This record gives sequence, structure tokens and C-alpha cells, in this order.
Amino acid sequence: MVPLSWYIGLSAVVFCLGMVGVLTRRNIIIIFLSIELMLNAVNISLVAFSHFLNSMRGQVFVFFIMAVAAAEAAIGLAIIISLNRNKETLNTAEINLLKW
Amino acid sequence: MLKYALIPLLPLSAFVFNGLLGRWLKDKAHWPPIIAVLTSFVLAVSTLFDVIGGHTVDGVLYSWITSGLFDVHIGIKVDQLTAVMLIVVTTVSSLVHIYSVGYMHGDKGYARFFAYLGLFTFSMLMLVMADNFLQLYVFWEAVGLCSYFLIGFWYEKKSASDAAKKAFVVNRVGDFGFGLGVMLIFVTFGSLNYDTVFTSIAAHAGQTVSILGSSYDLYTVIALLLFTGAVGKSAQLPLHVWLPDAMEGPTPVSALIHAATMVTAGIFMVARCHPIFNQSQTALDVVTWTGGITAIFAATIALTQYDIKRVVAYSTISQLGYMFVGCGVGAFSAGIFHLMTHAFFKGLLFLGSGSVIHALSGEQDMRNMGGLKNKIPWTYWTFMAASVSISGIPPFAGFFSKDEILWKAYSSNGPGHTVYYLLAIAAFLTAFYSFRLIFMTFYGECRASHEVAHHVHESPKVMLVPLFVLATLAVIAGFVGVPHVLHGSNGFESFMSGVFGEGNAATEGAAEGASGGLGEMTMMIVSVLIGVSGIALAWFMYIIRPDLPGKVAKLSFAVHDLLSKKYYVDEIYEATIINPIKVSSTHFFWRFVDVGIIDGFVNAVGSIVDAMSRVLRRLQSGYYHHYAFGMAFGVFVMVGIFLFAR
Repeated sequence: MVPLSWYIGLSAVVFCLGMVGVLTRRNIIIIFLSIELMLNAVNISLVAFSHFLNSMRGQVFVFFIMAVAAAEAAIGLAIIISLNRNKETLNTAEINLLKW
Repeated sequence: MLKYALIPLLPLSAFVFNGLLGRWLKDKAHWPPIIAVLTSFVLAVSTLFDVIGGHTVDGVLYSWITSGLFDVHIGIKVDQLTAVMLIVVTTVSSLVHIYSVGYMHGDKGYARFFAYLGLFTFSMLMLVMADNFLQLYVFWEAVGLCSYFLIGFWYEKKSASDAAKKAFVVNRVGDFGFGLGVMLIFVTFGSLNYDTVFTSIAAHAGQTVSILGSSYDLYTVIALLLFTGAVGKSAQLPLHVWLPDAMEGPTPVSALIHAATMVTAGIFMVARCHPIFNQSQTALDVVTWTGGITAIFAATIALTQYDIKRVVAYSTISQLGYMFVGCGVGAFSAGIFHLMTHAFFKGLLFLGSGSVIHALSGEQDMRNMGGLKNKIPWTYWTFMAASVSISGIPPFAGFFSKDEILWKAYSSNGPGHTVYYLLAIAAFLTAFYSFRLIFMTFYGECRASHEVAHHVHESPKVMLVPLFVLATLAVIAGFVGVPHVLHGSNGFESFMSGVFGEGNAATEGAAEGASGGLGEMTMMIVSVLIGVSGIALAWFMYIIRPDLPGKVAKLSFAVHDLLSKKYYVDEIYEATIINPIKVSSTHFFWRFVDVGIIDGFVNAVGSIVDAMSRVLRRLQSGYYHHYAFGMAFGVFVMVGIFLFAR
């Protein structure tokens, strides 16, 4: 049986990959995918804890996160499309509409 | 009780009705107020008979404020004094309502005018029926408010709205003192009810109040504070300046508010509070001197004025001075008697002036009048009746009431005896300027422009009927108070003794005993001679030798200038009070305190925040990765603290 620390390690690695993606990439789609990666890294750890603690709470939590992530994906993609139509770019270095 | 309550409530309902619906009644807007006020008049007459029958009332309509000791109700007090005031107010008010139908015909504020008249009549009636000081004070302010509305009735005219403001502000000065007086009464007696206060007067005699370290007699302070209010409302020196300017209002308003009723509220109040005034000889002396000096002061100004309404206005101030002298020498009933007859003949003088002005298409300058005697005969004869009455020629009403005051002043001890001589000179001047007005207006050649002279017409019947009624009253009203020395019964004074007590009769008895009744008779003849000689001099100067007035004015140009400029009182106030206030307001309170300190403080808060934000906003680059880095860095820091720094 795979010990818990491996799952935690996997989760941490995936989370860091996602975070590095968010911080370093400039393409908005990639950033978006990286965010999904971070969410799913958390899901891994939740499922792992759920299994090892013999509690269903973690899995219920995961379903919530997936539902929210789905909604977020729908809205996020819509925003990206409308942003692309207006600015004709997906490069975040060229987008600073909220500057003071 | 309902009957008494209806007397003020009917004009109030007329006000509400006309105020809300009057504009749709157009030129029929006078009907509701006239019906209401005439009904009030009938009820007032019936009330008078109740009171004559010995039935006085002091009842509570409803409880208004109850807070600990402070317990005030709206009440109704009907005694002899109230009954007389009710008759005066409702009579003049009814006649003025009727007169206004003709005078205000076609004015675009017709309905509004009658609404204001209704509100005024209500307030004045509540004022005289009040049975506690707070109610008196509230309606005292309310009549001032109505006066403001009606002086500024033609508010498009700058001079009218200025005059209204001036009247209100000057009255406030007096009312401030009045308010303090009412508070001091409450502090002393723990109640504002007339009866409670007046019955416990003796218990507080000799008490003192301390003001700025020195102590003064309690009743002197209260009485003088109350009298300050009376000085403002009744236009006595030095707060008289608003009344002549108030002539900017429509003439019926001048007759109702600025001659017959509101300005006499001061005399009414002093008479109502006579138990307090009687406790302080100092206060009574102040009242006497103020009245006497005002009487002669205003009479001298009236000599040189050319605006017909201003002459009558100064005459009003002067006559109010007489009434105060009456009160000041303790002859309250004589003061009220003169108040009543004055209401009739002065109301008549104003309505008559209105009729003249109406005939001359709005001309008010007497230099552009003359020769109207045969063109508007009814106005002329009624005007004559009022002028003879005010000049004190028997058996007209003014003679009895004025002579009563003169005699009471002469026979009194203290300052009244000195003030008598002022009043006697003022009586001479009164006769002179009243007939100067008559001769300039109705005699000689017509000096009006051709166009105006061509249009001269007698006023419509609806304006003449009130003149007739008032003329009748100005002639006969004096017979209710024929003094004993003329074998009359002096019914007015004995009627009033129900309020003022028998003190008056006692002083009169003493004075009569001292001079064997001969003194009063002599004084009477003297005052008639004074009146006649005043008229004769006016006749000589304005009819026989019309060139004389100009010469006299030239010879005594300094005096004439002083009088025609009204002793420069307005200018003095302008220089000593108004301008310093304006200058200090502009340069200190506005530019320094308001702009500098208050605005400066608020602006400083704003600009500090602004300056700090200018630095902090640099963080807001708008680039998403800056924010993302910030969040990640924050998480690292927090996790680091959590793991290593504990």
C-alpha cells in the first residue's frame, strides 16, 4: 500500500508546478491551466487524507472544488474570449487595464 | 368651551382651506375667510356678553408637553382683558377682510393673501386667549411670522422682501429677551401657568438674581426681559425701525397688523403680566420713560414725512408710546382703553390711506396729492373722523382714551408726572401732523399728474363699508369709558377692574381727592386746547400760508433734516451694528474661521490621504503577475513564519 507521504509529496509537486506556471508564464490560457493544476493538487491531498482518516468529508470537499472549478472555467474562458476580442492579445504583459 | 375654541379655530380652518384649495377659487377666494372671521366676530361678541355677565373661563384644550416639572398645555383663558382684545381683533380683522376684497382685487396672490390673513387672525386670537407663558410666546412668534409673510407679500419687490426681513430680525432681538424672561419665570415659579405664577408672586418678592456677579431684583429682571419683547413687537425705541419699513406690505395688512392688533400685543402682554410689573417700580418707570420718549420721538418724525403711510406709521409708534405710559403709571385699563380706540381710528386711517392710494392709482407721496376732498368725499369724511379722533377732540373716541392716559400720567407720582409734558407736546404734534396729512391730501390744488388726476375715483362699496363702520367706532367707542368727572360711569375701567383690581380706582380716588376733581377737568380742557391749537397751526401753515412750511424747513434746515432723516437711526444702526457684523462676518468668520480653519481642517485631511495615496498607488501596476507574485510571496512568508519562527 502506498503511504500517505507519497500522496502528499505528489500533491506538493503538482501544486508547485502549477504555482510556478502561474508566476512565470505570460499566456493567459497557460496560466488558467496552471490554476486548474493547483486546484487538483489540493484535491489529491484531500482525497488522500479522506482515505487515511476513514472520513468522507474530504471527498465531499473535492466534489465542491470540482464544481467550483467547472464554474470558474466557464466564466474564466468567457472573460478570456472577451478580453481577446478587445485587446487582440493573450499576453498578460500587455494587459494592465487596472493600472492606477 | 367649544364656543371659545371655535373663535380662533375658524380662521385657522379658513387658512388651511384657502392655503390648500384657494388657487382654484380664484376671485372667490375671499368667501371662506370672510365667513369664518365674521362667525368668529359673532362668537367674540357673545363671549363679551358672557364676561360682562361675570362668566370668565380658564380651561385646558389639551396637554401639550409633559416632561417632569415642565407641564404645558394649550389653554384658553377668557377674562375681561381677553374679551376686549377678542372684540378688537375680530372687528378689525373682519373689516380688513372685507376691505381687502376691493383693495386686493385682481392681485395674483389673492387667495394666498386671504390665507395669510386667516393664519394671522388665528395666531393673534390664540395669543390673547393664552393662559400660559409658553403659549403666549409661541403665538407671539407666530404673529411675527405672519407679519413677515404679509410685509413681504409682494416679494418680487426687493424693498418689500428687505422690509420683511428687517421686521423679522428686529423682532427677534426683542423676542430673545422675552424668551429669557419666560425661562426665568419657569426657573422661579416652576410653572408657566398665568394663575400659578400670579398667585405665588408674593412668595418670591425680594428675591434677587445674580447676573455677571452683581445681583438684581428678581421681578425687575423678569419684567424688563418681558418688556424687551414688548419693545420689539410694539415698535418702541430703540427697536422701532422695522415698523415704518413694514409699510411696504399691502395697506389692509398695515391696518390690521401694524396698527390695530399685532403691534399692540406688547401692550397686551404688559397688561397681562401686570402682577409682575407691579412688583417692580424700576420696571414700571422704564416702561413709562420708554413710552413717553417714543411718543414724542415718533411724533416729531411724522411732522416731516411725505409718504402718507409712513406718517400714519410713525403716528402708530407714537400712540403705542402713549399706551405704554398708561401701563407704566399703573393705569393698565387706560392703556388697554387707548389700545381699543386706537385700533379703530388707526385702522381707519390706514384703510383711508389705502382708499386714497387706490384712488390715485398707487401714488403714496403726499406732495403729489391734494384737492381730493370733493373727488372722494366718503374717504375724506371718514378720514376726517379718524383724524379728529386721534387729535383728541371731544366727544370722539380718541379724546377719552388719550385724556385718560394724560390724566393718569399727570396725577401719578414718579416719572409719569414728568413724562406727561412729553405726552402733551406729542399730543400737539399729533394734531398737527394728522391735519397736515389731511390738508396736504384733501385740500388745495391737485398736484397729481394729469393722467392720475383724470382717473381719480371713489373706492368701491366693499371698501367704503369698512370705512363707515370704523368711522362710527372711532366716534362712539370712547363712550364706554367716559370719566366720572364728566358725570360718566367710566364703565370700561370698572369692567377692567376684574383683571387689574381696584388699585386703579384707589389711585384715581386719591388724585381726585387731592385736587377736588377740578384738576382732571382743567387737564381735560388743556388737552382739548392742545389738540385744537395743533389743528389750527396746521390750518394756518398748509391752507392760509402754504408757503410757510417751506420757509420753516429752510430756516431750521438742520432740525428739519434731522427729522426727515428720522434722527438717522437707521444710519446709526447701519454704522454701529450692521456694518461691524458684516465686516467681521466677511473678513473674520467667513474668510478666516470658515475658509481658513474649518475648511482648512477638512481639506488637510483630504490632502494628507491624497499625498499618501500618490505613493502607495505605485503598487498598483495593473500587471497580473505582480499581484500573483505578491500573493505567492505572502504565502511563503506566512508558511515560513508558521514552520520556523515559532
